[in-house]
Amino acid sequence: MTEVTVVQETATDSGLTREVLMNLGPQHPSTHGVLRLLLQMDGEIVERIEPHVGLLHRGTEKLAEGFTYTQIFPLTDRLDYLCPPSNNLGYALAVEALLGIEAPVRAQYIRVIMAELSRISGHLLITGALPLDVGAMTSLLYTMRDREMVMDLMEMISGVRMHTSFCRVGGVREDLPEGCVERILEFCDIFSARISDYERLLQNNRIFLARVENIGNITGEDAIALGLSGPNLRASGVDWDIRRDAPYEIYDKLDFNVIVRQDGDCYDRWKCRVDEMRESVAMIRQCVQQMPEGDFLIDDPKIAFPVNKDVLAHSMETHIHHFELSAYGFKVPAGEVYTAIEAPKGELGYYIISDGSEKPFRFKVRAPSFVNLQALTERTTNMKYLADVIAMLGSLDPVMAEVDK
Amino acid sequence: MATEFPLRRIVDHFDGKVVVDAAVTDMACVTVKPADLVELCLFLRDDAVLKFNFMADICGVDFYPEMPRFELVYHLYSIPFGWRIRIKCRLADPPLAPTITDIWTTANWHEREAFDMYGIVFEGHPDLRRIYMWKEFEGFPMRRDFPLRGYKDKYNPFGVEKKVEGEQQ
Repeated sequence: MTEVTVVQETATDSGLTREVLMNLGPQHPSTHGVLRLLLQMDGEIVERIEPHVGLLHRGTEKLAEGFTYTQIFPLTDRLDYLCPPSNNLGYALAVEALLGIEAPVRAQYIRVIMAELSRISGHLLITGALPLDVGAMTSLLYTMRDREMVMDLMEMISGVRMHTSFCRVGGVREDLPEGCVERILEFCDIFSARISDYERLLQNNRIFLARVENIGNITGEDAIALGLSGPNLRASGVDWDIRRDAPYEIYDKLDFNVIVRQDGDCYDRWKCRVDEMRESVAMIRQCVQQMPEGDFLIDDPKIAFPVNKDVLAHSMETHIHHFELSAYGFKVPAGEVYTAIEAPKGELGYYIISDGSEKPFRFKVRAPSFVNLQALTERTTNMKYLADVIAMLGSLDPVMAEVDK
Repeated sequence: MATEFPLRRIVDHFDGKVVVDAAVTDMACVTVKPADLVELCLFLRDDAVLKFNFMADICGVDFYPEMPRFELVYHLYSIPFGWRIRIKCRLADPPLAPTITDIWTTANWHEREAFDMYGIVFEGHPDLRRIYMWKEFEGFPMRRDFPLRGYKDKYNPFGVEKKVEGEQQ
């Protein structure tokens, strides 16, 4: 915190009250990244919150206009860096819709497994970090331990822990490695037993509850007007999940519950995520069970690299396609598309306008965190003190890389 | 997704002011003039048959060198019925659009983003400031005539030399 700016000074019977402007962040553990909040304070009571975002702005959308469609995958990884597979999935769906193709069924299953694993990883961070923000250290260490297991799975599948870039237009990069399915199931077994532990650790903890229960309530109507989506919206009693209401990939073949809670306070937003992790585990189990054998990448030399690399040594035609694909990318028919998926943070939308070339004419990301963070500026009920702002911020679960794009 | 979408209802209600964009295939799409935008949004939100209560996204588009160059694209969603609609609104030059922050609070930051990136001015917006770039920043980075590396100055030695004439803003 730097120098204090005095906004207003009023003499009262009990002395002098001063309204001051105070910076929270940009470097503060509870802001989960580089977020600067300018708070107008009357003592400990927060009068006004002004978020200053953009400190992590990398110009993803501008960069994407100069990249081929395949090159954009790594850019999408870096939006919500806790859950790159979800971001990849949404983007791949958008390009596939423009091309009018569909990934093979096995690829769809692999994508969904990875997206759900990443949802667990993202939710694990926040179920541990929100208690940390309000003073309970233990939970974060436990959840990070489990998050590490997800990271190991990601590494096993894609070779990298975080920025997987595993999706391709028309499928995924590789098939699941040998023994991966067993490891995923093992993770499901270990993890589903542990969720209840974390829940018990916190949901009966009076100190934690005092900090989050009935704090920052958002009504369903306000939440919709604020554009909240994902767990933040469902915690306010709005029953909407894109996975169920507009199923993409193979979500219509999965049996899962949409977690809805009624109060819309910080506790509900936290609890909603805990319960969603259970559903994700169930979904992963079903996926593993249902997943058929078959191709993991579309067989179209104009769009995807050949699966069998040996062909490259014999077939001139394959070689030419390979070269063209590497050097120029593939052309996408002119048109426009908006695809929305249920990312862990909420509705992740990609709006792409194609002019028929190898690069998008306009690439727009509807980042859920960006919209969710805006809820801080609104005067929600029961968010009076500075400490409540920390709880509110933690429960909204913004990832600054996604906010700033 | 959407089973039957009463698009006709919107077109009939506005009697020529709202035109269906048939070239778009992924969802229902209408074009509207900036002057009728607020009325259309209010109708879409409040009409009992449509209930487009969720404003998903506002996207600025720059069609430079085509003139007039700017367009705003709105994506709405109806949570009760599961419909999506896209509204396109071509802006005149200089780009001016009415704000819809009174209809959906969420539009506030989206409009600030469009202002920051394209210089589209939203009339009636309560707090129209840059959102990503710092306030001294000159130019609008997402415009197509804005170089990817920015303009050269003492902080940005790799930027493009600024042309003396031709460059406004």
